Amino acid sequence: MSQEIPIIELHNISKKFPGVKALDNMTLSAREGEVHSICGENGAGKSTLMKIINGIYKPDSGEIKIGGEVAKINSPLDAKSYGIAMVYQECAYVPEMTVAESMFVGSLPLNRIGTVDWKYVYEHAQYLLDKEQMIKPSQLPHGIKTKLKDVSLATVQLLEITKAISKDAKIIIMDEPTSSLPNVETELLLEKIIELKKRGKCILYISHKMDEIFKISDTITIFRDGQHITTKPASDLNIDSVVSLMVGRELVNDYPKEKIQIGDIKLNVRDLHKKGVFKNINFNVKAGEIVGFAGLVGAGRTEVALALSGVDPYDDGVVEVDGHQVTIKNVPDSIRNNIAMVSEDRRKYGLVTVRNVRENMALPNLDKFIRNGHLHRKEEIDAVNEKCDSMRIKTPTIETVTKNLSGGNQQKVVLAKWLIRAGSIMILDEPTRGIDVGAKFEIYKLMVSMAKEGKAIVMISSEMPELLGMCDRLYVMHEGEIVKEFDRSEFSQEKIMHYAAGAHNFTRK
Amino acid sequence: MKTLTNRFERVKYIAVKNSIYLILGVIFIISSLLNENFLTVLNLRNVLRQISVITILAFGETLLIIAGMIDLSVGAVFAVAGILSITVFKITGSLLLALIVGILSGVVLNIISGMLVSYFKTPPFIATLALMTIARGFVLLITKGQNIYQIGRFVEFGQGSIGFIPTPVVFMFLMLIVTWYILNHTRLGRAIYAIGGNEEAAMASGIQVAKTKFIVYVINGAFVGLAGVLFMSRVNAGLPNAGIGFELEALTVAIIGGTSFSGGIGTAAGTLAGGFIVGLLNNIMNLVGVNSYVQQIIKGVIIALAVIFDMAAKNRRARPEE
Repeated sequence: MSQEIPIIELHNISKKFPGVKALDNMTLSAREGEVHSICGENGAGKSTLMKIINGIYKPDSGEIKIGGEVAKINSPLDAKSYGIAMVYQECAYVPEMTVAESMFVGSLPLNRIGTVDWKYVYEHAQYLLDKEQMIKPSQLPHGIKTKLKDVSLATVQLLEITKAISKDAKIIIMDEPTSSLPNVETELLLEKIIELKKRGKCILYISHKMDEIFKISDTITIFRDGQHITTKPASDLNIDSVVSLMVGRELVNDYPKEKIQIGDIKLNVRDLHKKGVFKNINFNVKAGEIVGFAGLVGAGRTEVALALSGVDPYDDGVVEVDGHQVTIKNVPDSIRNNIAMVSEDRRKYGLVTVRNVRENMALPNLDKFIRNGHLHRKEEIDAVNEKCDSMRIKTPTIETVTKNLSGGNQQKVVLAKWLIRAGSIMILDEPTRGIDVGAKFEIYKLMVSMAKEGKAIVMISSEMPELLGMCDRLYVMHEGEIVKEFDRSEFSQEKIMHYAAGAHNFTRK
Repeated sequence: MKTLTNRFERVKYIAVKNSIYLILGVIFIISSLLNENFLTVLNLRNVLRQISVITILAFGETLLIIAGMIDLSVGAVFAVAGILSITVFKITGSLLLALIVGILSGVVLNIISGMLVSYFKTPPFIATLALMTIARGFVLLITKGQNIYQIGRFVEFGQGSIGFIPTPVVFMFLMLIVTWYILNHTRLGRAIYAIGGNEEAAMASGIQVAKTKFIVYVINGAFVGLAGVLFMSRVNAGLPNAGIGFELEALTVAIIGGTSFSGGIGTAAGTLAGGFIVGLLNNIMNLVGVNSYVQQIIKGVIIALAVIFDMAAKNRRARPEE
């Protein structure tokens, strides 16, 4: 096929959901051997368009052409037959399945008597892993028979990608494939994408991470509010111009950091220990201070957060709040001591997605609305409305089920539910993961205003720029231990990475 | 033009959201047209009396299913409660005491389920399956498998009236209010929805999951105990074999009423509507003389249709995740 005919063309695609026009006359085309990135804020219509290409949603109007021919894509199976593969943002997987099985799920090969041909499964899965080189053997403790529950989320993601490319797909859609990957593996993936491009694949890439986009893209398309804004070669754009096209306004300052008077120690943690997870954790956070936790995925930062919030308690150690020693064995303990934790895993610990905004936001705050056992709806509604307004949560009504909100708005709901509490210690684990630039900025502003109120804030993040931009101090964790503390004046991306990657161990030897 | 579509969509949204009540209305209207004896005060009063026991059981199941649990022991526990209540009445002659003992028997037996589920982490299906067998064995043991007759004034619970309204119907509406109040105006209700919707998120929001599950079983026990008393009173006998299969009927009512088997979704009013639908269907099929075997087939088909319709309505309501 010649370079001139686009492998995939979308013409005037429109899609409406009750109350929302998700896509309005969307047009897009991409050639073989092209990495085409699609940028837009959450709710801009990126994921909807990708789901249309993959046959999950049907467009209300418009047509899709594959290799110049009109394609009828009514299901992911149809999409597959047109050579379209999709790698999801948050992949669902069966924890008990082995790596080999997962590579053949849905199409397990049969032998002559009609049972699964396991020999072939194992051999071929191994062959594919070796061929695609996405996963290092060290990531699979029991090789090809490792169960998915025993590998990191990052490895599962890489496996998804291996699966897609092994099926010899021509068009590969990647919807934030790196959002749960640690840096090293992100690099590997980006290299792989460039290699795939050289093999003539067409890659439609969605990400919020601008550095990635500029590293790999040939072309960038920008969406805003369901409409096509522009498509340009990546070389004609830069991060600032893409961001301002996405949000439709100039972002003056990346981080709304302000100098705030720092007060007394609010939270002091000494020798916190959990067997096999983290040890010797010593740190403190003061009133008005934003303290960062840097480290690679799996360094134990999230586990410390879960321990301090009582979700997954620590074995031993001392926790002091406002100078008084406290014991945190469960979530009510942490709530009583004014500790609030916003989890990195919104779907697991953050939201009851089948319930509405109001109930989710009220959940940890019911004691505020209940007197003599009776829940006062009016007060609840007022408190929720107030937070929806002040945090600019975009939802049709507060009775809207949270699974129908965009990622950024879902995250705001999770933050809001802990802000209604007005707890004095906030532990924010990846507070901006998977949300768009505009919403990120709003969350940063919220953090600053919390700090101004004298709250002590812990921010765990895998995005170095936001840690550097927002924190007064930061601790670096590596393999379950705090290995270094930096003051804002000493911040440097290189030094932090050095400790996070465990490089200090090598220099010491 | 745009506002017109919006208005149409708004109406459609409300219709879909309240589909269960629309279906109930349609069944009611069709029934009225099919048989002249249907739309009479006497007949409708009878229908209400007939559905009251199952609907009370269904309120208990509704609370459990919303919280992601289930009770299979309903029929057996219900028999124990009825028999013990009658026994106490025969000894003491006190209706009040009999009622209290009936309700307490349900509670005590459900405490076993609650302990198994909350503190021993037994899956609810298995815990209540075990209790079902235990309770049935127990009731057959204490009665030696014999029915108890001549229960005297005990029949007043099931056959009496308060004013014009049959006593069981009064109890059914009282339990409706209790269920509605729990679900809408208590911490417990919010905990029930949250646990069924996402147990881990509920826990991380400070909800005491084990305690809540335990309490839901206790409440369910009270409903089951009450239903046992009402039923045996209505049939004018203590039947140790009563209630076999009632757990499934109660589940049917809750599910037709829109309670989601995957948890987190359901309402008290929906379950009442589910009870009405089942009751009206039974009634009209009897009135027009449908063969009782055919009735069963039709009921099964209706359950399947109700769930399909409900799922379709829910899917249409779904919006993009973006």
